[in-house]
Amino acid sequence: MDYYRVLGLDPKLQLDLNELQQLFYARSRQLHPDRFARAEASVRDAALIESSLLNDAYRTLRDPLARAEYILKENGFDIGLQGTKDVPPELLEEVFDLNMALEELKAGDESARPQLSAARDNFEAMLAKSSAELDGLFAEYDQHPGPEPLKPIRALLNRRRYIQNLLRDVHGYLSN
Amino acid sequence: MGTFQIDFGDSAKPDRIIGIDLGTTNSLAAFMDLTGPAIIPTAEGGRIVPSIVSLLENGSIVAGEPARARLTTHPGTTLYSTKRFMDQAATGLPLGGRTITPPEAGAHILLALKNNAEAFFGEEVTKAVVTVPAYFNDAQRQATKDAGRIAGLDILRLVNEPTAAALAYGLDKRKQGTIAVYDFGGGTFDISILKLQDGIFEVLATNGDTHLGGDDIDQLLVAIALEDMGGHCENPERLRQAIIAAKEQLSFQLTATIEVDGYQRAIDREQFNHLINPIVERTVGPCVQCLKDAKLTAQDIDEVVLVGGSTRIPLVRGTVEHLFRAKPHTELNPDEVVALGAAVQAGILSGEVKDTLLLDVTPLSLGIETMGGVVSKLIHRNSTIPASETEQFTTAVDGQKNVLIHVLQGEREIVKDCRSLARFELKDIDPVSAGLARIEVKFLIDANGILNVSAKDLRTGKEQSVEVKPSYGLTDEQVEAMILSSLVNAEADIRERQVREARVEADRIIAALESAKLNEAWANLPADDKQAIHLAHNELLLAYHSDDHRLIHTYMEKLDKASLTLAENMMNTAVRGALKGTKI
Repeated sequence: MDYYRVLGLDPKLQLDLNELQQLFYARSRQLHPDRFARAEASVRDAALIESSLLNDAYRTLRDPLARAEYILKENGFDIGLQGTKDVPPELLEEVFDLNMALEELKAGDESARPQLSAARDNFEAMLAKSSAELDGLFAEYDQHPGPEPLKPIRALLNRRRYIQNLLRDVHGYLSN
Repeated sequence: MGTFQIDFGDSAKPDRIIGIDLGTTNSLAAFMDLTGPAIIPTAEGGRIVPSIVSLLENGSIVAGEPARARLTTHPGTTLYSTKRFMDQAATGLPLGGRTITPPEAGAHILLALKNNAEAFFGEEVTKAVVTVPAYFNDAQRQATKDAGRIAGLDILRLVNEPTAAALAYGLDKRKQGTIAVYDFGGGTFDISILKLQDGIFEVLATNGDTHLGGDDIDQLLVAIALEDMGGHCENPERLRQAIIAAKEQLSFQLTATIEVDGYQRAIDREQFNHLINPIVERTVGPCVQCLKDAKLTAQDIDEVVLVGGSTRIPLVRGTVEHLFRAKPHTELNPDEVVALGAAVQAGILSGEVKDTLLLDVTPLSLGIETMGGVVSKLIHRNSTIPASETEQFTTAVDGQKNVLIHVLQGEREIVKDCRSLARFELKDIDPVSAGLARIEVKFLIDANGILNVSAKDLRTGKEQSVEVKPSYGLTDEQVEAMILSSLVNAEADIRERQVREARVEADRIIAALESAKLNEAWANLPADDKQAIHLAHNELLLAYHSDDHRLIHTYMEKLDKASLTLAENMMNTAVRGALKGTKI
């Protein structure tokens, strides 16, 4: 858990973003290459590696999804693109309706447009709801860290990624 | 020297670091004075070194004011705005009968600034912080560093111009806030949005266009005037100068007249605004994208800072005011603010400036070519630098020893729409079955925004050798061959420098002697010793004005020897004083 170590943090999924930023600034003051401009080459190299790690860590940990993916990866989960092609079963019905509307619009049937907008709103609401759900799962993991509570997190992340890809397509069609 | 050094010798002072704004039109150098950053005057007594180089009849190259004076008289052997070609670093620009690469032209300008600084400080200057447009890509940054190497200047850090400007402005100004820096110069446009908190300048996002600036306005007006003149112009360079003069006048008055070689045309500000509006509008898109990337709206911006000569144009100011709904800061001279900021960054590196830290970002995403000509992004734009990413590579056929990695910069998905940076070749991989090799490659963008690549064989744990083939830039060997000190006229430079250095040392010794005469040991010195010191002192003063550094050194040594007893006595006095517990 290098990202947590370099910031001096416990590996928790729930983080206070303000506190994270203050830690990042404080550590930057210590580690930034500017502080070692006159040091010998080996020290400069070490500062470069450590400060890049610090920046990578802050960039990852300040985003809850990237943070969760990092924890999953460090716990040996494969977080590649797996599961993004298979429709999550609970979404089957919505996805079917959406694809119908998309086909109609592609065929030039403009009347499908409102239906598509409705689908977009629906999926956006789902994303918002899943964020709240994720918060609960994060709290559970922080109380009982281990691979078991990470499984529902991975499933939720996959579902989110699937919805995000769908939304990107829908936005594309609606703006054309 | 040795003896006086023991007693009075200045403690090992670290080398001075100067700040340099290597601009498209003008360049400036600055340093940290006791009160803050200050501009270093030029040899001609001015503040600005025009970014112009000219080939003299004797084959040597001059830069700055002497080159500017030749613009209209020797247009064929004089070049301006060469910074615009930094992305084609290996391509020679025609200069008289020969060619010059953009980094070499930059090196001559850097050398002029370096010489000015050395004359000003009376000592050698070898270290600098140099600014670059924030939107400069890896190749343009590398080319700038190469220019430093060619000029014999060690560039400790490349700083983005808008960020440097914020440093010059932001010092002690406010504890926290969000700042937009709109930098519209002679050849490049940058927009950066920064968050300032307790001395930390964190860049949130940056955007821009490295081929958009006041030069585009000049070209447009020149084209219109040329058409007016029936396509023929006696001296196009004089026409360009007349256009620039009119453009500058229109920032202060409502009408101006373009007058050159019998051609005359009046232009008012309204016509001017109408003509240049499409150019100014091109700065809006990057600003909107930058706000979006920073996840902010115009209302979130507390202050706007204007940088670059083109921001003197009223239409540009109006556009910025409308865009950010804020009255922009113009207190600092837009031509000087970047150099002043570079000096502040130099102060940060030397430790003189404490509590201030700049966290900058990479302007463009970095990726590698994957199957089917698609770019796989590794480090996204607006990531705080230094930033890194690792990627594993393997071999495709049995016994394969080399793997080629094509690195690109840009935001598009397809290879041909991105800018090729370089090809990195992993060499001498252990020959094993296909897919068995495990090479971990680390892509690291350093604090200069320049990519470093290293690789490790995960099976053996050994460092894997990587060979770099830049797509547009100069190779190491080419830069080596261009280094200016290898040129013939460098010999005279070295001699001059040696004399200058010897005089600085002589000054120090004479000053030390003067203060020694106030010491009690001097009063007690035998008359013979005093006589010998006087003689050696006078001889050194005579040698001082010769242009032979060896002569100066000889008499410095003689004075040193003559004052040996004095120095010893002073040391004893000092020891006695210390034993008595009193300070000398």
